[in-house]
Amino acid sequence: MSKTVQKSRLSRSRTRSAWLFLAPMLLTLAIVAAWPLGRTIWFSFTDASLDLMGEARFVGFRNYLEYVAWGDGEGQYYGLLADARWWRSVWNTILFAVVSVSFETVFGLIIALVLNQQFRGRGLVRAAVLIPWAIPTIVSAKMWAWMLHDQFGIINDMLQTIGLIAEPIAWTASPDTAMVAVLMVDIWKTTPFMALLILAGLQMVPGDIYEAAKLDGVPPWRVFRKITLPLIMPAVLVAVVFRALDALRVFDIVYVLTPNTDATRTMSVFARENLFDYDKFAYGSAASTLLFLVIALITITFIMATRMDLEGKRS
Amino acid sequence: MATVELKNVSKSYGTVEVLRDINLELEQGEFVVFVGPSGCGKSTLLRMIAGLEDITGGELRIDGQPMNDVLPAKRGIAMVFQSYALYPHMTVFENMAFGLEQARLNKAEIRERVEKAAKMLQIEAFLDRKPKQLSGGQRQRVAIGRAITCDPRVFLFDEPLSNLDAALRVDTRLEIASLGKRLPDTTMVYVTHDQVEAMTLADRIVVLNGGIVEQVGTPMELYERPASQFVAGFIGSPRMNFLNGTVAAAHGAETYGIRPEHISLSPDAGDWRGRVILTERLGSDTFVHVEVDGVGPVNVRIEGRSEVHANDEVHLTPDPASVHLFDAKGRPIPG
Amino acid sequence: MKPPLWQSIGFYILVGVIVLQALFPFYYAILTSLEDGQALFEVNYLPRALNLANYQAMLSGGVFGKQILNSVFVATVVVILSLFLAVTAAYALSRIRFRGRGLLLLTVLSVSMFPQIAVLSGLFEVIRYFGLFNSLWSLVFSYMIFTLPFTVWVLTTFMRNLPIEIEEAAIMDGASSFTIIRRVFLPLMWPAMVTTGLLAFIHAWNEFLFALTFLSTDSQRTVPVAIALISGRSEFEIPWGNIMAASVIVTLPLVALVLVFQRKIVSGLTAGAVKG
Ligand SMILES: Nc1ncnc2c1ncn2[C@@H]1O[C@H](COP(=O)(O)OP(=O)(O)O)[C@@H](O)[C@H]1O
Ligand SMILES: [Mg+2]
Repeated sequence: MSKTVQKSRLSRSRTRSAWLFLAPMLLTLAIVAAWPLGRTIWFSFTDASLDLMGEARFVGFRNYLEYVAWGDGEGQYYGLLADARWWRSVWNTILFAVVSVSFETVFGLIIALVLNQQFRGRGLVRAAVLIPWAIPTIVSAKMWAWMLHDQFGIINDMLQTIGLIAEPIAWTASPDTAMVAVLMVDIWKTTPFMALLILAGLQMVPGDIYEAAKLDGVPPWRVFRKITLPLIMPAVLVAVVFRALDALRVFDIVYVLTPNTDATRTMSVFARENLFDYDKFAYGSAASTLLFLVIALITITFIMATRMDLEGKRS
Repeated sequence: MATVELKNVSKSYGTVEVLRDINLELEQGEFVVFVGPSGCGKSTLLRMIAGLEDITGGELRIDGQPMNDVLPAKRGIAMVFQSYALYPHMTVFENMAFGLEQARLNKAEIRERVEKAAKMLQIEAFLDRKPKQLSGGQRQRVAIGRAITCDPRVFLFDEPLSNLDAALRVDTRLEIASLGKRLPDTTMVYVTHDQVEAMTLADRIVVLNGGIVEQVGTPMELYERPASQFVAGFIGSPRMNFLNGTVAAAHGAETYGIRPEHISLSPDAGDWRGRVILTERLGSDTFVHVEVDGVGPVNVRIEGRSEVHANDEVHLTPDPASVHLFDAKGRPIPG
Repeated sequence: MKPPLWQSIGFYILVGVIVLQALFPFYYAILTSLEDGQALFEVNYLPRALNLANYQAMLSGGVFGKQILNSVFVATVVVILSLFLAVTAAYALSRIRFRGRGLLLLTVLSVSMFPQIAVLSGLFEVIRYFGLFNSLWSLVFSYMIFTLPFTVWVLTTFMRNLPIEIEEAAIMDGASSFTIIRRVFLPLMWPAMVTTGLLAFIHAWNEFLFALTFLSTDSQRTVPVAIALISGRSEFEIPWGNIMAASVIVTLPLVALVLVFQRKIVSGLTAGAVKG
């Protein structure tokens, strides 16, 4: 006797509704995400140009790496992987991501710890902290560009007043400080996000743990190291990964604050320049594809590593 | 005519079988209670009758019609949920009218039906309130009212009293019992883990355990002639005493069962001699816990007051006509 | 037990520093936007002038006004559209058990991790194909790539926590899935909708890369691009006063939203980040 699992009409109609309800969203995502991604990857293997996209021909890995022999035993590598400017952009991107996320984590943790205390005006402080996050990136870039202005900027004025520097610094124009400027603005703008995520983690730590520690006479610093930090670690890790993925695709701030300089050009900026400014559409697509691969790898690793609770079964 | 028939009904979640081979016939107008320990599958069985769970094996018929593949709303069934499940953003009136609107009744008829049900449950005064503004008991009545308006053939309750406090629970229980009387043609199916609710409400009780039906019968049948040791232990309060060892062996059984109310206690003479461990005085009754020599702990129920105290020596005599004997598998041995 | 005085003072100094660093750049932008001519090029820490010339310059030309309307239009339509698409999808993902649900959630989540640049060239082709280049609809359409996964995700999390019995009661009442969404869940979901809507609005309002790429004329641009492209004839003639005035204009609505809805925004931001 075989038992066939028979779905009732209710189950069937609900499954049908599910797909009907999902269809518009899935279709939209297919057109704005899946298909364009596929095309980008395809373009990266062609000789497409901005005006002749339709006539793109397959050229294999030429945009990524190609060895051109000059015939006399000599030759040269071409393609992204042999392009020093691209490697510079990779380095810039990694540097930017590592430094900005580290600082944001530390500052975010400090702000979160402050906001987790009971004090008068906490709501207002929290609102104030949120403001840099809400300001459009472009606007922050411009505001800081003005504050960092070499001649009329208030930052140079402050630093000179307190005697830290003798001469004004050309923050955004000088290759030595351009990355510092970009990092400064990004850390200022994104720390609130980090702080809020960590704060959410902090607020899930039950208060009686602190009471117990206080009764046992454990000093505050040890309470933080031994109790608070391990408990909020998961929240911090999630926040760090989210931010890191975001930092790896950074575009706006660099593009507006320090246009056209090797010192800060990131992978996204590199890709867009090639796509639309230098008319090297296929080359730019290849750069986009590589960035996508890096981010996809990190995302997959993260999801695997945390065995993320996708269906909310644990709650 | 049977209104609800279950034939070899079973239910599995993946490879886990939670109900096996359920066969039941519920008569029209009958008040049937499914009772059993938590997790035994009562809710699942009720929800399969409602149509909220797929039936993975067997057949369900209502009034002779196969129902396995009929949408819940088309089965002529109404259900009262444990958490009431009122729509929080709708008024009481809108809550009760929602199902009728879905059935596309006209406005006048909806109003008439809602008002009739409201009157029956004495909730007319709250029709314009939101559920938030009602007490637990009032919400429960609205939930019942919402079910009544649909004029169902079968009325399902899933532990409707478990969210109420003890005093309200008794009142509401009486109300549900009288509702059963006022709707003589409607079959009531009521799920609970509380055997007192089962005994007081049911025309017939279905005892479930571990996904199978242990016994079906009137409350008195279950009390007097339990079909298994499980039922004997589950029905009746305080619980039946189960004794093993020599007492049972003397009767050729694995287990000897005797209810606390079927044992008489005397200070100087009786079949068993023992020492009182503890007495619980409820006013109307006294429960005396006795450690009987060579038998084990025995609980005795005495009507009214009793003057025995801990450490007193007492003598017990079980009523031979009320002894239940079970074999090693928990099956009754005809006495 | 009260903490020692030096600790409280230290704590409040820390709070002061946090607030100051958060607010100062915006404060300084306002201050600059109210200065004109030579005053602009003297560093002031406190307001000296109250000169609205920069605002007049920005708003009188007409183009900037149009650009603000462009931004409002795009952000509003994006919010409405993504909420509409997300509500039904979130219902299916949170309430209906069907094969492939976990995989779908994973897909939605991974789309929200997509670097925008990775779809830029493909999207550019699609937009030209549909004839949407230099049309605001190109932005409405392309912004779905980040607003939709986010709203779906947050609304799914929210709906999962609505009581199951309410939905089952509606099923017993004979409501179809669509009726359940419309009559039962939607009215319960306003808080979540407001939160996600706000965040989607802010995100769309601030977006730069797509707006820079898919729009080509001044009158079509949205404000972030407009501000980024304000320039003078030379490095030394950048109209900083105008830029700051424009910056203040586009930021004020956002600051107002943050002040009014900070609780909702905070809850939305943290719900958007998955619990690990
Ligand atoms: N969706 C489900 N998936 C797997 N097992 C389930 C599911 N729902 C219920 N069960 C299992 O079925 C059994 C019966 O559950 P239920 O009918 O709710 O018991 P109760 O008698 O307490 O109402 C339980 O052991 C429960 O764990
Ligand atoms: Mg149950």
